[in-house]
Amino acid sequence: MKKNTVLSRAFLFLMFLFLYAPIFVLIVFSFNDSKSNAVWGGFTLDWYVQLFQNQTVLTALRTTLLVSLLATLAATVAGTAAAIGFSSMRRRSRNLCLTVNNIPLTNPDIITGVSMMLLFVFAGQVLADLSAWLNAQSWAEQANLWFNFSFNLGFWTLLIAHITFDIPYVILSVLPRIRQLDPNLAEAALDLGASPLTAFRKVVLPELMPGIINGALIAFTMSIDDFVISYFTAGSQVSTLSMVVYSMVRRRVSPEINALSTLMFVAVLVLLIAINVRQARQDAARQRELRSAGRV
Amino acid sequence: MAKELIRLQNLCMAFDDEPVLNNINLYINDKEFLTLLGPSGCGKTTTLRIIGGFTTPTSGDVLFDGVRINDVPPNRRQINTVFQKYALFPHLNVFENVAFGLRLKRVPDPKDSAGKRMVRLTEEEIRSRVMEMLEVVSLKGFENRKPDALSGGQQQRVAIARALVNRPKVLLLDEPLGALDLKLRKDMQIELKRIQQQVGITFVYVTHDQEEALTMSDTIVVMDKGTIQQIGSPEDIYNEPKNAFVADFIGESNIIDGVMLRDKCVKMYGREFACLDGGFAENEPVDVVIRPEDIDIVPPEQGQLVGTVTSVTFKGMQYDIIVDFRGFKWLIQTTDHSPVGARIGVKIDPDGFHIMKKSAYSGQFGDYSSYSDEYDELSDADAVGTDEQEDGYAE
Repeated sequence: MKKNTVLSRAFLFLMFLFLYAPIFVLIVFSFNDSKSNAVWGGFTLDWYVQLFQNQTVLTALRTTLLVSLLATLAATVAGTAAAIGFSSMRRRSRNLCLTVNNIPLTNPDIITGVSMMLLFVFAGQVLADLSAWLNAQSWAEQANLWFNFSFNLGFWTLLIAHITFDIPYVILSVLPRIRQLDPNLAEAALDLGASPLTAFRKVVLPELMPGIINGALIAFTMSIDDFVISYFTAGSQVSTLSMVVYSMVRRRVSPEINALSTLMFVAVLVLLIAINVRQARQDAARQRELRSAGRV
Repeated sequence: MAKELIRLQNLCMAFDDEPVLNNINLYINDKEFLTLLGPSGCGKTTTLRIIGGFTTPTSGDVLFDGVRINDVPPNRRQINTVFQKYALFPHLNVFENVAFGLRLKRVPDPKDSAGKRMVRLTEEEIRSRVMEMLEVVSLKGFENRKPDALSGGQQQRVAIARALVNRPKVLLLDEPLGALDLKLRKDMQIELKRIQQQVGITFVYVTHDQEEALTMSDTIVVMDKGTIQQIGSPEDIYNEPKNAFVADFIGESNIIDGVMLRDKCVKMYGREFACLDGGFAENEPVDVVIRPEDIDIVPPEQGQLVGTVTSVTFKGMQYDIIVDFRGFKWLIQTTDHSPVGARIGVKIDPDGFHIMKKSAYSGQFGDYSSYSDEYDELSDADAVGTDEQEDGYAE
C-alpha cells in the first residue's frame, strides 16, 4: 500500500516535470545574459528590452491583440445568439446543431486552417472574376464604373477565421447556463411590463452573463495562442505573435524568442487562472443555492 | 351588482393537434376570488396562461372589460402573474425585484398640462410603493436580501408583492402554494385571502388541491380533460355536484346507482329513500351521492340498510370505516368505533342525498372497494408534493 503511494507520487512528479520543465527552462533562459541556450551567463532583462524595440514583434503584438479582441467580441455575440437559438429548438434539430458545432472543436487545426485558406482563395477568385465580368459590361463602361470585389489573404481573412473557430467555444459555455435558466423568468419580466427586448436585457442576459464571460475568456485564449489556423489564413503581409516566433526560430534561435514566449505563456496563464477562479466561484455559488433550496 | 371583468368565449386550445381546451366559456367578476380546480393535465394552467397572454388560443376570444385582448402581449395587459416556482430574478435583491415593474412604468407627466408626455416614476415614489407593498406581505426589513437567501414562503410573498405593486386589475396565481409544506400552505391560504380582500382586486387561482379551493374561493371552476365540469360557489360545488367527477374530486363521496321514482323519492338497493331532489323524469336512472359524514350508524334492526364493516382507519377526528353493502363498499366517517366484521345499520336523512343525472363519469367513481390502495396512493402523493393526479379518486 505504502509502496503504491510512493510510486504514484513519483509518477505525478515525473508527469509535472515533463509538462513544466520545458516551460521552466524557457522562462529561466529568457533572463539569461548569454546568447546560448545552454550556458547560464547571469541575470538580464536585455532580451525583453530588445523585444520591445523590435518593430516586427510590436506590429505582430498589435495584430494579435486586435484580432483576438475583435474575434472574441464577434464570436461572443454570435455564439450567445446561436446558443439561445439552439435551446429553443426541438430536441432532434438541437442535437444535430450541437454535433455540427462540436465537429470544428475536434477537427485538427491544420484541416480547419487549410480548408479556410482554400475557401478564402476560392472566394477571392470568384469575386475577382465577377468584378472582371461586371467591368466588361457596356453599361458599366458607359456609367464609368469600375468594380473590384476581389481580396487577398490578410487581416480580414485572419479575423474571419478566428471568429469562426471561437464561436463553438462560446456556444459550449453559454448553453449550460441557458439550460439552468427558469423559463418563467423571461415571462415574469414580460408580465411586469417589459418589452421582449427589455426582458432579455434586464433578466435573461444577467443570468447568462457568467457563461458569456467564460466563453469570451476561452475564445480570447484560443485566439491569442493560435498558430496553425492563423498561419494559413493571414497571408504573407500580416503576422501574429505566434507566427513571428515561428519565423524567428526558422532564422536562428534567439533568446528574444524565450522572452516573447514567456510573455505569451504568462498572458495565457493569467487568463486561464481567471477562467478557473470564475468557474470555482460559480460552482460554490451553485452549491450554496442547492443547499438553501434543500433547506427550504 | 358585481361587474364582469374577464370573459372567455368558446376558447379552444390544441398543442400539436392534441386538444387541451374544449370550448371554455367563463366570465370572471371584478374583485372576485376565482379558482380553476382540476387534476393535472385538465387545462387549468393553459387557461391561466391564455388570460395572462403567454399562450394564444387556437380559437375563441378573451375579453377584458369588454375589449378583445387576444393579440395584446402580456406586457400590455393590466394583469400580473405569480408563477408556480415564483420566477424571482436571482440577480436582483428583494427591493429591486418588487420595483422591477415600477421602473418600467411610464405615467403622464404631471407638469405637462396636455398630459401627453410620459415620464418615469420618481425614485421616491418607487421607494414608497415598494415599501408599502413589502408591508402588505409582511416582508419589511428584507429589502436587501437576494431571493436565494429567503425561505420558500418568503420567496412566495416577494412574488406576490412584485405582481401587486403594479396595481393590476387581475392577479393570476399558478399553484403558488404547491412547493410549500403543509403548515405553511395553510397559513398562506389565509394570508392570500387577506391580501386579496385588502387590495380589492380579482384573483384567478389555479390549484389541484380541492381543500385549498374550498377555503379561499368565491367561485370554483372544476375542470377535467380540457372541459369545464361545473362552476359555482364552494358550497354549491360541495353540496350540489353536477356529476360523478365533481362529486368525487371535491371531498369524499359514495356514488351509487339509483332510479328516481318520482320527485323526492329515490330507489336504490331495491328500497325507496326520501330525498329533497326533484325535476327528474319518472324512473330516470341517476347517480346518488352520499357524503361519508352524512351517514349515521344505527343498530342493524333500525337501519335503512344493513352492511358489514370491512375496514376501520383511525383518523384523529373520526374513524373512516368501509362498509360492504352487497358488494358495493361505502366510506363512512363517524366518531363511533365499530369493529371489523360487525353488522351495522345505517340511516341517512333526506338532506343527506344528492341526486345527479347520469354522465360520462358515471360508474367510474365513488366505490371504495380499493380504499386502502387509494389511501396509500394519497399519502405517497402528499410526500412527493405537487403533481399528483389522483387527488381524491380511485382509479
